[in-house]
Amino acid sequence: MSKGVAITGMGIISAIGNNVAENYQSLINGKKGISRVSKIDTIHKDDIMVGEIASTNLELEQQLGLTPDNNYSRTALLGTIAAKEAIQDAKIFDINAYKTGLVSATSVGGMDMTETYYYDYLENKSTQKYIEGHHAGDSTQKIAEQLGIEKSLVTTISTACSSAANAIMFGARLIKSGKLDRVIVGGSDCLSKFTINGFKTLMILSDTYNTPFDENRKGLNLGEAAAFLVLESDKVIATEKKEVLGYVKGYGNANDAYHQTASSENGDGATLAMQKALKVAAYTANDIDYINAHGTATGNNDLSEGRAILRVFGEEIPDFSSTKAYTGHTLAATGAIEAVYAILALKHNIIYPNLNFKTQMKEFDITPQLELKEKELHTVLSNSLGFGGNCSTIIFSKEQ
Amino acid sequence: MSAVYITGIGSISSQKTFDNTEFLNEINTYTDNVISVVNPNYKEYIPAAAARRMAKGIKMGVVASRIALVDANINNVDAIITGTGMGCVRDSEKFVSAIIDNNEQYLTPTSFIQSTHNTVGGQIALGLQCKGYNFTYVHASVSFESALLDAQLQLENDEANTILIGGVDEHGDHTITIHKLINHIKSEKTDSTRILDSKTEGAIFGEGANFFVVSNQKQDSNYAEVIAVQTYNTLTETEVSRAAQLFLEDNNLSIDNIDAIVLGNNGDVKYDTFYNELSSNLFKDTQQVYYKHLCGEFNTASSFGVWLASKILKTQKLPEVVRLNKKSTSNFTTILLYNQYRGENHSFTLLRKC
Repeated sequence: MSKGVAITGMGIISAIGNNVAENYQSLINGKKGISRVSKIDTIHKDDIMVGEIASTNLELEQQLGLTPDNNYSRTALLGTIAAKEAIQDAKIFDINAYKTGLVSATSVGGMDMTETYYYDYLENKSTQKYIEGHHAGDSTQKIAEQLGIEKSLVTTISTACSSAANAIMFGARLIKSGKLDRVIVGGSDCLSKFTINGFKTLMILSDTYNTPFDENRKGLNLGEAAAFLVLESDKVIATEKKEVLGYVKGYGNANDAYHQTASSENGDGATLAMQKALKVAAYTANDIDYINAHGTATGNNDLSEGRAILRVFGEEIPDFSSTKAYTGHTLAATGAIEAVYAILALKHNIIYPNLNFKTQMKEFDITPQLELKEKELHTVLSNSLGFGGNCSTIIFSKEQ
Repeated sequence: MSAVYITGIGSISSQKTFDNTEFLNEINTYTDNVISVVNPNYKEYIPAAAARRMAKGIKMGVVASRIALVDANINNVDAIITGTGMGCVRDSEKFVSAIIDNNEQYLTPTSFIQSTHNTVGGQIALGLQCKGYNFTYVHASVSFESALLDAQLQLENDEANTILIGGVDEHGDHTITIHKLINHIKSEKTDSTRILDSKTEGAIFGEGANFFVVSNQKQDSNYAEVIAVQTYNTLTETEVSRAAQLFLEDNNLSIDNIDAIVLGNNGDVKYDTFYNELSSNLFKDTQQVYYKHLCGEFNTASSFGVWLASKILKTQKLPEVVRLNKKSTSNFTTILLYNQYRGENHSFTLLRKC
């Protein structure tokens, strides 16, 4: 059970960069991607901040060479760009040379177009092309088509903010069981009025830069992003003599079974997810070198997750930080975004700073890593926790 | 590798399927282009106050899963895996329209919270206090098959012993209206008993919840063994037969081993051709079964197909109403299911009598 699944490629687009290299530069330079919202006409624009990707839909469509009659949601556009980079990074030239599948994650899906044309559909034939693009599986179908994946396993997971972590988990299981030789896993979510207003009604949006694990944290910044990893079987690695970036070593999923939108006070679900992941990896807590926390900067999450970390790691807490201050909370994509960051951390032996932190939380005395730190890393544990009590942990490792 | 068994079922559909002591004893026929479920008495399973607050999808999912657990004679499971095409779509509609109608003001969070796709799975976990693995697949017509595959992999490798899986989708008014505009729903009211003869575009939209307890431990309550499930994002009409053959070969079976094929025909003249490809060629001598005239078309309608096949295998009875052709088959050992929607997201599932 403890053998890791090889990662051979990755791609990303987020508020801090249009590809892996740009994201890494922003991470080590402490460059945030948080700003006022510019692409969505919302009455909340002066009281929220977001992690928005600079390119417009038209620019993204042109980058992908799509014809004007396309019906891509922004989720599909972002997802395709990140997935294509991942394939290129993995040096895959014939996608169907091996049994290749795609497992993507989204929560917004085509909601950006639905909310734009909701009533327009009733009288305007030209916008009706987006009706079929609404459901969550549509962006995944389009990404598969763009990658040339045919007659294969293509599916979508939507478990709120843990979605992409779960896509990685299912992908790893598909490789381990021999169902697939290769699987592209990740997630994509664009900003939308739907999520902005949804989180606004829950009163968990910060009116300024989000501050994970800070005593005075005011809530999250929503972000948009997409990221994908390529997972390949040992057989493919050996046959193709592939370079391996890292391994999916352990994974765990548990349900908090506490509340539809809030985490339990002591982080039962997160604790279970981390414990299960350690067990699958055949690690003990001491084997973890860095925790990339979910750390959304909401009052509830950071307290619950912090307590869960204490429960799992006891006195010896590894270095930990949240990268949400850079990207905002990218919802269903976040598990994949932070997977890319975890692999970059392993590659460069770097721990990212938890930006915007000023005041120690009073409920416990653990403090996130505040400066960029160079340290030999062998393992990174990444948490993704979501609505519906969904808690997921993935452990990435340098060695198989 | 452990075998995977269906040990309990719970179905809420446009037929009275929630009572496991019956098997399509009475048939409801419809003359409409959108059909709803026959509701069980939800209050028997959920406190009235809670039931009032719940979205229809949640209610159907929670109760269908409860029925399946009772049927399997267990109180809890190791994992819950849900498939849904649209989640609680009414709440999505409510929240979007409120945003537009009130210019982003005076909004309340309830419909936003319920609109999240994993709400049904989360609510089932909350009700059962099940802290185990909890996934929701949302990939159109293979949402349920993705859940089944995930469960199969975990049970085969003994990562879990008992898993609750299900498919659930509910109607939404706006979604129905706009799907009529693009002819995904038949424009004319159609007699459900004659749906395959309609020769028109679109389907009759339905809704429902079909949940199953699957386990790697054999029990008295077993319905069937799940031999295999496979999904395909694309297949052309000409590739369907080859895919079926390969799927059977992978499982060491031939056409002759198949006692019945359960097909997802929905009466859409444009896409039933995929099913006809199988029914008029490879499986022309096989007992053919159809069911979407009973439950309507929805993203997880194929979970009703699995419910039907499970019942056939356990009771060894084939209700007249689901026969697509007349064969004399009376022993049902192995059943193959095939489904697709609008030419995409195809699936083959193989079940065997225990």
